[in-house]
Amino acid sequence: MTSSSPLIRAFTIAALAAVALVEVFPYLWMLTTSLKDLPSVTQFPPTLLPHPPRWDNYARAWSSGPFLHYAMNNVIQTLGILVLQLFFGCLAGYGFSKARFRGRDACFLIVIACLVVPPQVRFVPLYMLFSKLGLLNTYASLIVPYAVSALGTFLIREAFMQISDDIVDAARVDGAGVLTIIFRIMAPIARPTLVACSLFSVVYHWNDFFWPLVMTTNEAVRTLPIGVAMLREEGTGARWHIIMAGSMFVVAPVLVVFAVAQRHIIRAFTFTSLK
Amino acid sequence: MKRRRQETWLGWGLVAPSLLLFALVYLYPVAYSAWVSVYEWDLATPARYVGLQNYRALWSAEFGEVVANTVSYSVGVVVLSQALGLALALALNNRTRLGALFQASIFSSYVVSWVAVSLLWIWLLDPQYGLVTYLLRLVGLPSVNWLGDHRIALWSLVLVTVWKTVGYPLVIYLAGLQAIPGDLLEAAALDGAGSWQRFRHITWPLLAPTSLFLLITLTVASFQGFDIVRIMTQGGPVTATMIYVYYIYEQAFQYFKLGKASAAVVIFFALIVGLTFLQWLLFRRRLHYTA
Repeated sequence: MTSSSPLIRAFTIAALAAVALVEVFPYLWMLTTSLKDLPSVTQFPPTLLPHPPRWDNYARAWSSGPFLHYAMNNVIQTLGILVLQLFFGCLAGYGFSKARFRGRDACFLIVIACLVVPPQVRFVPLYMLFSKLGLLNTYASLIVPYAVSALGTFLIREAFMQISDDIVDAARVDGAGVLTIIFRIMAPIARPTLVACSLFSVVYHWNDFFWPLVMTTNEAVRTLPIGVAMLREEGTGARWHIIMAGSMFVVAPVLVVFAVAQRHIIRAFTFTSLK
Repeated sequence: MKRRRQETWLGWGLVAPSLLLFALVYLYPVAYSAWVSVYEWDLATPARYVGLQNYRALWSAEFGEVVANTVSYSVGVVVLSQALGLALALALNNRTRLGALFQASIFSSYVVSWVAVSLLWIWLLDPQYGLVTYLLRLVGLPSVNWLGDHRIALWSLVLVTVWKTVGYPLVIYLAGLQAIPGDLLEAAALDGAGSWQRFRHITWPLLAPTSLFLLITLTVASFQGFDIVRIMTQGGPVTATMIYVYYIYEQAFQYFKLGKASAAVVIFFALIVGLTFLQWLLFRRRLHYTA
C-alpha cells in the first residue's frame, strides 16, 4: 500500500509476524519434540526445550524400520522421474517446436489433453495394469507413470519456441546432430525453464505419498513418506519423539533446499502455474 | 523432397516416445476407467457387464455424504486460503527484506510433505498432551476434540490444509499485485481516494483474473485431497471426513469394488475437465480484453 500511517504500518507488521510465527513455530515444535525423552513428551503442561537433548531419538527412528532402504528408494524414484521427464521433455519439446512435420500440432493436442488427467484418475487403472504385468513393487511402477510430464513438455516447448531458428540452423550448418542441438545448445538457453520444472518435479515426487502407497506393499521398494507414516501405525502409545524425529527425514532435506534456493522454488511454483 | 521426408522422420522420432508414454499412462487409464465402470468386478471372479448400475449405486446416501464432505472441505479451503492469501499479499506488497522473510516462512509449508504435516498436526492437536490443547487451556478455553468429534473433524482438516497451502495463493496474488501499474494507484491517491476505495475500485477489479485463476486451481487441488485424510482421520470419525479420492481408494483397495470405484473416477474426471474448460473459457476472454 502506498502512503499509510506509522500506526497502520506497525499493526501490519505485527499481524504479519503473528502469521509467520503460526506458520513456522510448529516446525520448531517438531524439532524440540524430536529431541525429548518419553517422560517429557507426555508431560503436561509441556516444556519448550528438551534437556538434555536426546539425539539418539534419530538413531532409534532410523533403525525402527529399513530407513536406509526407504531413503535410497526415495532418491532413486525422485531422480529417475526427473531424468526421464527432462530427457523426454527436451526431445518432444524440440520435436513440437522446431521440427516441421505434418500432424505435429494435432499431436501436441494429446499433450494438452493429458494436462487435465491427475494421478487420482490414473491410479486404479495403472494399478491393474502393473499388477497384470507383474510389476507391482518395482521401481518401474513408481517411475514409469511419471516418466513424461504434460506440464513439463508444454513448458519446455514454450521455452524452445522462444529460441531463434537462426541458432538451430547455424548449428546444423556446422554439422551438429539433433541430439547435440537439443542438449548442448537449446537446453542451456532454456535453463530457467528446466530449473523450474526440475524443482517442481523433485519437490513433488520426494514428498509423494499417494502413488507409492498404491503401487507398493513391499519394504524393498517403499519410500520415506510411507516409512514415516508407518512409524505411527506400528508404534504403541505416545511415541511422538520418535515419530517427529522420523518426520525430519522427509522434511529436513526439503527445508534445506528451500532455505538455499527459496527464490528459485517460489518462482518455479508460480511460473509453472501461471503459464 | 528428400530433406522434407527426413525432417518428418526426425520429428516423429522425437515426439513418438513421449506420445506413446502419454497414451499408456494418461489416456489408457481414462478409457479403461470408463470401460470398467460398466462392469461389476471384484478381481476374484470374472467381470460381469451391468450397464449403468454402478452409477446408480453411487446415487446413495453414503455417496451423497461423500460429496457433501468434499464440497464442504473444498469450499472451506478455497474461501479461507484465498481470503487469507489476498490479505497477506496486500500486506507484503512492498518489497522489503523483512517482507521477503515473512513470505518465505509462510510459503515454506507448501513444499513440505503432507505426511509430515499431518503427523505434526495430530501431535499438536492431541487432546491430552498437544500444544494446542495446552494453549487453549492457558487462555481459559475448553479443550476441543479436534479429530475425534464428528462435527469438528472435517473443519480441523480444513484448517490444517489452509495452514499448509496458504503460501500458494499468497505468491500468486503477489505476482498479480505487481502487475498493477503503481501510477494508477498514486493518481487515485492524489484524487483523494482512501486506501479502502483504492482497493475496492482499482486493485480488486484488476485482480479479478488472478482471483478466478486461484478459485479454479484451488478447487481442483482440494478435490484431489487424500494424504491428510489417510494420515489424520482415515475418513472418520465414522464417515465425517470421507472425501472423494479417499472414497475411491477405499472402494478399490479395501472393498475391491472396481466397477463402482471406476464409476466414481469417471465422475471425478468429468468434474475436473469441466472446471478446466471453464478456466480456459475465462482465461481466453481475459486475453481478449487485454489484447
